Amino acid sequence: MSADDAVSDPAVRQNAAQLATGDRTDTLLQTDDLVKQFGGFTAADSVDFAVEEGELRCLIGPNGAGKSTLLKLVTGALEPTDGRIYYDGTDITDLAPHERVARGISMKFQVPSVYSDLSVRENVRLPVQRFATGDERARRIEAAIDAAGLAGYEDVPASALSHGQQQQLEIGMAAALDPDLLLLDEPVAGLSVEERDGIAERITRLSEEAGIAFVVIEHDTDFVGRIADEVTVLHQGEVFREGPIEAIESDPAVQRIYLGGEGDGAA
Amino acid sequence: MVNGLNLAFQFLDSFAFIVLAAAGLAIIFGIMGVINLAHGEFILVGAYATTLAVTGLSVPLPVAMLVGAVVTAAFGLVVERTVISGAVPNRLWARLEPPLSATLPDQAAALLPGTPLVEPLYDRLADSMVATFGLSLVMVQGARIVFGNSIDQVATPLGELSYGAFSYSAYRVVLAGVSVAVLALVYYVFAYTDYGMRARAVIQDDRTARAMGVDTERTYAATFAFGSGLAGFTGALFAPLVSMQPTLGGQFLVEAFVAVVVGGASVVVGTVLSAGVLGAVEASVTNYFDSQTFGRIALLLAAILALRFLPGGITGYIERLRTRRREDR
Repeated sequence: MSADDAVSDPAVRQNAAQLATGDRTDTLLQTDDLVKQFGGFTAADSVDFAVEEGELRCLIGPNGAGKSTLLKLVTGALEPTDGRIYYDGTDITDLAPHERVARGISMKFQVPSVYSDLSVRENVRLPVQRFATGDERARRIEAAIDAAGLAGYEDVPASALSHGQQQQLEIGMAAALDPDLLLLDEPVAGLSVEERDGIAERITRLSEEAGIAFVVIEHDTDFVGRIADEVTVLHQGEVFREGPIEAIESDPAVQRIYLGGEGDGAA
Repeated sequence: MVNGLNLAFQFLDSFAFIVLAAAGLAIIFGIMGVINLAHGEFILVGAYATTLAVTGLSVPLPVAMLVGAVVTAAFGLVVERTVISGAVPNRLWARLEPPLSATLPDQAAALLPGTPLVEPLYDRLADSMVATFGLSLVMVQGARIVFGNSIDQVATPLGELSYGAFSYSAYRVVLAGVSVAVLALVYYVFAYTDYGMRARAVIQDDRTARAMGVDTERTYAATFAFGSGLAGFTGALFAPLVSMQPTLGGQFLVEAFVAVVVGGASVVVGTVLSAGVLGAVEASVTNYFDSQTFGRIALLLAAILALRFLPGGITGYIERLRTRRREDR
């Protein structure tokens, strides 16, 4: 990858510097030179990645590009080898995962991670009980179940839900944390067209009504085009391209990396 | 009639003993995946703390029992932070290591262990057994060094219950009631409280629990303290009944482990069912042969059979049946 392929580095660094000094911008999340190595393999290579407040951004790239790794670094599920992560004006690199949740970062994993033994209501209660009690808690739980499209299923164990309903439930759980930034790892993998439409609608509604910023990992470009304002392409652990989906889709270098050729950046 | 009563009391006695011996162990094993071989010594801490509070500080027995439970819970918290999670040694080492390696020559600094110094023992069954076995040896010898080979015992309260020629310790009958209350408390805590909700989430999937804002480290620490507190309460309850020696924990360990293994993964239901089955076996055989030795042999045989035919314990078997029924539908 040539130097021309990198995103505008000076701007990113200025942003990070502003965040580090507490000088607020509209940038919600900013990673600065983020590196993650697993033994000799570099899964994230000096990644500078930014998300604006309320933005809906998709993260695409071939398998092994480092997409899930980047999200796990942001949530604290993985510790970076090097680099810093800034969120809402503060350095969160050394915070524990639950402390990042408390600041407003929430994530839905690639494999549906609902609690199969617990009922739908209990699943939603877990994120809500962190900050709400009494009537407020009951109200928020009902609202989250409604928002997930699972009204009428309150007392059903999550194991009895369909795959699509489990994905809906998990997005509902992540949204019930009242986040400012919601990270979704392949939320429509293995779903039917109708179920995909339902999830797309829920994501756009949450973005518009609650003002939540989203980072969504997804391979399906139709789905990406439907929900995303902006797209970031990761390749071999580096940010390869950023821009609107139309520009990204027609970029020959992006097409080449998806088809297995070398991205030479001669777009 | 007297024989029937005798059998009923023997069953209640066995049931209470097994439930109380196993509850703390079942919680720590079921939620943290830690096999606490020092469980008997946590019971010892509760028994000694209760006894010393009565004999040394003249505290009334019921209050002393609560003291025993609280002291053991606090002790459990210390053990969790140091031995089980390694949080305290890791924090100390993270502070000590950089200046130490800076002052040492390079070759010597390279020999220093990295950070974290200790990996948590959660879900590491064999490793947790070795670590807690070591802890149990230290605790038994520590008790011997500090308090000698035995300490004065408190008298058994409440006297005897008589019916014709039959008489029985009233305190033991109360213990049966207390064992049911303990089960009800554990059920309430795990089914209805916020902590119980977090603990159940952590058992199933701690990564998702963290993503849902749960401080899993704190949940583990609270769980270990809760399980230890229950073990301490068991020690407190049996303090008037067993002789106060540093090895007293050993009497509880066999029943506790057998009950957890036979019961399976579900803490409350598993403990109730296994204590019911094992208590019935032990009481009937003890009663039939008029020998406690035969009763214990029968209990261990029942455990071996249960392990052979129900490897996941009773609740594992029930869960398998439920899954099969769901699939058939």
